[in-house]
Amino acid sequence: MKYIKFLSLISLFFVGIISSVFAADLKVGFIYVNPVGENTGWDYQHDLGRKAVEEAYGDKVETSYVEAVPEGADAERVMTQMALSGHDMIFATSFGFMDPVMNVASKFPNVKFEHATGYKRSDNVATYSARFYEGRSIIGHIAGRMTNTDTIGYIASYPIPEVIRGINSAYLAAKAVNPNIKFKVVWVFTWFDPAKEADAASTLIDQGADMIMQHTDSTAAMTIAEERGVFAFGQASDMKKFGPRAQLTSIIDDWAPYYVERVGKALNGTWKSEDTWDGLAPGMAAISEFSKEIPEKIRKEAQNLHDAIASGTIHSFTGPINKQDGSAWLSTGETADDGTLLGMNFYVEGIEGDIPQ
Amino acid sequence: MIKLTPRDHQSKLLTAITPIIAVIFTMICGGVLFWILGKNPFEAIKLIFWDPLMSETFSDYARPQILIKASPLILIALGLSIGFRANIWNIGAEGQFIMGALISACIGLAFYPLENRFIFPLMILGGMVGGAFWAIIPAILKSRFNTNEILVSLMLVYIAEQALASASIGILRNPEGSGFPGSRNLNHYPSTSNPELIEGSGIHWGVIFSFLAIWFFYYLLKNHKFGFQIKLFGDAPRAASFAGLKTEYIILLCFSISGALAGVAGMFELTGPAGAITIDFNVGYGFTAIIVAFLGRLNPVGIFFAGLLMALTYVGGEISQFMLGIPAAAIQVFQGMLLFFLLSIDLIVKFRLSFTKQNFISRKD
Repeated sequence: MKYIKFLSLISLFFVGIISSVFAADLKVGFIYVNPVGENTGWDYQHDLGRKAVEEAYGDKVETSYVEAVPEGADAERVMTQMALSGHDMIFATSFGFMDPVMNVASKFPNVKFEHATGYKRSDNVATYSARFYEGRSIIGHIAGRMTNTDTIGYIASYPIPEVIRGINSAYLAAKAVNPNIKFKVVWVFTWFDPAKEADAASTLIDQGADMIMQHTDSTAAMTIAEERGVFAFGQASDMKKFGPRAQLTSIIDDWAPYYVERVGKALNGTWKSEDTWDGLAPGMAAISEFSKEIPEKIRKEAQNLHDAIASGTIHSFTGPINKQDGSAWLSTGETADDGTLLGMNFYVEGIEGDIPQ
Repeated sequence: MIKLTPRDHQSKLLTAITPIIAVIFTMICGGVLFWILGKNPFEAIKLIFWDPLMSETFSDYARPQILIKASPLILIALGLSIGFRANIWNIGAEGQFIMGALISACIGLAFYPLENRFIFPLMILGGMVGGAFWAIIPAILKSRFNTNEILVSLMLVYIAEQALASASIGILRNPEGSGFPGSRNLNHYPSTSNPELIEGSGIHWGVIFSFLAIWFFYYLLKNHKFGFQIKLFGDAPRAASFAGLKTEYIILLCFSISGALAGVAGMFELTGPAGAITIDFNVGYGFTAIIVAFLGRLNPVGIFFAGLLMALTYVGGEISQFMLGIPAAAIQVFQGMLLFFLLSIDLIVKFRLSFTKQNFISRKD
């Protein structure tokens, strides 16, 4: 017994030395809803942001992460344990972590929380999200100009405002340059299921779509587009590897600048709870390099559109726009307010089909 | 060719300590795995098994969390063990877990915002009925059309998942949730809330229910005729039918018991730790419980300890992820090893392995 005590004292001593030598100024934890994965996807992009933080601050900041954390009770437990182990800041990177974040944040007022895509905030909970719909305007424009069949295939995940907003935004941009455009939407009810996404892509191509857009995470649709000789737009990460010819461009989630900035503020003591919804301007939503398959002229148009949206001269939702049922939404020149966009639960006029309920 | 022959004398002691041997083997092989990943294996094993229970930083919080994580595992595994003893394979507890939660959520939310203390008991009942209903489908198909209950019950999990997704964006969607999927938080609505009963203990109604269930099943298997019947049915189905046992009756009963328990586990999880119906409400308890049932030797007391052990590897696994950077997949492999070693050691305890040159079935035997 004495021996064990002695040993544990010694080991405590060493642990103490090691931790005092390596103690960082700030310990930052990340939780991801899925495994980080190899080279694409939502969680992978967040992890790139984490690595950027490590790179930016070196020894001053220590980061850690837990992946594949189910939303709900498990997330709450993971974040509590992170807070207990001395993390000063926690990034929760999925919508479903919202209530757990609020619960844990109320118990640890000194820990700073950052919650992606949620809408609940408090003194130590900030929220952030990206205006991906701005990117969708650009791919909508390219698709509208390049399609031969006037049919765009859209693989949608769940009928939530984020996804509906993306469909509307891409449709409006495509319609503006091609009045005959038709959107075919397949709801796959998953964020990540390669088999289902591949099936959806094949179905859409069979129905005449020669441009595939996706709001799901896997690269399956890109692979199918490459095989079948149609074009497609990547999601979250650059998917060029999976569709060297097929990918025209990709909408990239780039969290790195935001993470570096927020951790910096936590380091110098100027962090406070805010709501951030950034788009193309700071590059939180970014567009990957345009493919050479896009004709020079259209590439230029797309770049101009990008710059105009980024500078704020063009808004993706500028009236006149009617809702699908024909009722008026935005009058001429009016732009959509963020509240309506955040809760968007309707199609704009011209999109066929119903949003599943 | 490896030949298996049943041992005449199975060592009672060996049978009893197999789970412990399996845990030790898992620690050794898991340690090697962590070492290959470039992590300190001793540190990793300590973070998984020791820190949640004993460390100053984590134990106060983690101990009750282990109980919370273990309770649905124990409840579901108890129900499954009844079927497994009778050679009836319900693999779809995950789906029954979902259905129990869905039905009870429908009941609870139908009364919102009425305050009444009978709503919660009604939801418990609803959870049981929901789970049992989902489990009876493969039971009826098996007894009527002799379908394979493993496949049918498993397939029904995927149907239940679709129903869950549809409910969270449809009928159960929170009207005040800004259009996001997911129901109201039932834990914030007093009539449907399943709170921690003693501050800091982790004990909620589900934990109490699982303790009662352990005691009940212990009695059932030891002292009741039904316990003997399912054992007979599992070991010697022909003898059971000569004894007048109806096959359909046993199948139906086993499936509805395991379904009801999975369903009620879903209900307690929904109203307590999880709080709301969401698209990803189910996190695999129904499948993990299969490991727990076997790790616990299909014995109620064994299942209790197996459930706690499994919960410990979850809680400790997370700690090792953010403390040491061990990937989640390695933790899952580690948990999988547990079942693998248990089953393989079981095989060696029950059978004698010999190497022969014969083809694997010899007619003369």
